[in-house]
Amino acid sequence: MAKVPVQFTLNGAEKAEFIDSGTTLLHALRDKIGDTSPKGGCHQGTCGACSVIIDGELRLSCLTLAETCNGAAITTTSGLSKGGVLHPLQRAFLDAFATQCGFCTPGMIMAAKVLLDQTPNPSRDEVVEALSGNICRCTGYEPIIQAVLTAARSNSQNAA
Amino acid sequence: MAIRRGRGVAAINYPTGMNLGGDPTQALVHSTPTGNFMVTLSSVDLGQGMKQIMAQICAETIGVPTDRVVVDTADTDTGPHCMGTFASRGTHRAGNAVIQAAREARQVMLEVAAEELEVNASDLETDGQGNILVKGAPQRSISIFDVALSAHFKRGRSISGRGMFLIPRSYPEKETGAMKPSTCYAHACTVAEVEVDDETGEVTVLTVKNVFEIGRALNPKMVEQQLVGGSWMGISHALYETTEPYYPNRDHGGTDFNQYLMPGPGDLAQTEIIVLERPSADGPYGAKGPGEMCANPQIPAVANAVFDAVGVRIDTLPITPERILRALKAQAGAPN
Repeated sequence: MAKVPVQFTLNGAEKAEFIDSGTTLLHALRDKIGDTSPKGGCHQGTCGACSVIIDGELRLSCLTLAETCNGAAITTTSGLSKGGVLHPLQRAFLDAFATQCGFCTPGMIMAAKVLLDQTPNPSRDEVVEALSGNICRCTGYEPIIQAVLTAARSNSQNAA
Repeated sequence: MAIRRGRGVAAINYPTGMNLGGDPTQALVHSTPTGNFMVTLSSVDLGQGMKQIMAQICAETIGVPTDRVVVDTADTDTGPHCMGTFASRGTHRAGNAVIQAAREARQVMLEVAAEELEVNASDLETDGQGNILVKGAPQRSISIFDVALSAHFKRGRSISGRGMFLIPRSYPEKETGAMKPSTCYAHACTVAEVEVDDETGEVTVLTVKNVFEIGRALNPKMVEQQLVGGSWMGISHALYETTEPYYPNRDHGGTDFNQYLMPGPGDLAQTEIIVLERPSADGPYGAKGPGEMCANPQIPAVANAVFDAVGVRIDTLPITPERILRALKAQAGAPN
């Protein structure tokens, strides 16, 4: 079968690949491009571990065909730190012990980032709603909720 | 028809490891030429933090900062033998093995330092910051960095140690059947408050108050993390999780994890954690390891709270709305 060309920016860098038609974005990112920060959990859109940001929107990369991403701007968790300095969300997750095995963490951070980009000072209920598509087996969620609220506070302090 | 409130309490003992066939874990420790220390294990870090705890234990025993220790785990082809990371045994079993290995390595380290400083090894102590000092004369000292260089390049010594921790197999007494399946027990008590809708059978856990007695908490923040997550998981076991919801009929069973229910971030009970530290006699630096124990007491506490709320005993997990409604029907004398 003929390969399909696909071009997009990943964390600000131009990427171009030839892929099999029907390849998911998750597969393209992990196995073609080598960005393993999105995780493959359920591969059917229910666990949230593969979450990425496409043109500002939270998307499940396991349900997104890579060939539909031509020209898109894609952000993954591996693109958040700048020059070795962690993103406030990453810092907050570390400080709050909001990760154990770590498998859900990149997806959680993506979901939280979209929330904070759109709602800089969310209520607890808004945080819960934003994380409700992401499954965690270790933490009991509370440390993750606290980390997102803490990151929101530190963002608003920095902005003030 | 009404929302009924109930409160339940439960207390548990929880064993560390299981020695029904003998329960061994081994560890190796050696220094690099620059005085960092390597711990080799076949035990696994599943995210519970074993690498951090083993690094702390090794560092404490040898007398160096924790960041001078590297832990290599989970290669059963090349590492020393471990029974496995299960039964809440990691901290206790592997920790004891690491202490033993680190003590032997420390002894070699002190012997090399003694030759360099021209004193007796028994007159030396470590400052925990990477230096070896003469007791009572701390101005006479040598860095562990220099001791490791000397051992490797001058004296031909290996600063290394072997650790072997074994709880021997316990056989039952012929007359009574009594045996000693574990040497170390953690304890916990939970009080759960629930609301039960006696029309729909739905249970809402309002609060969970847990007290855990886990020996010495070697890393208090990681212990807290384990206990908070475990408390949530206990509620999940009590009310949600099953692969066979209509056992023994598989027709309506789940086919993948999508149908394996767990409480989400919107279903959290208000959770309180209290840690009691009573150092254990045979644990590494008094630890027992919180392990799986943290997800156990919530289950009987929730079952008792449901009984307190609506007066029915559910003896099959999970405590689903269907089971509660069937029990309420039976209680009222109606046929199922």
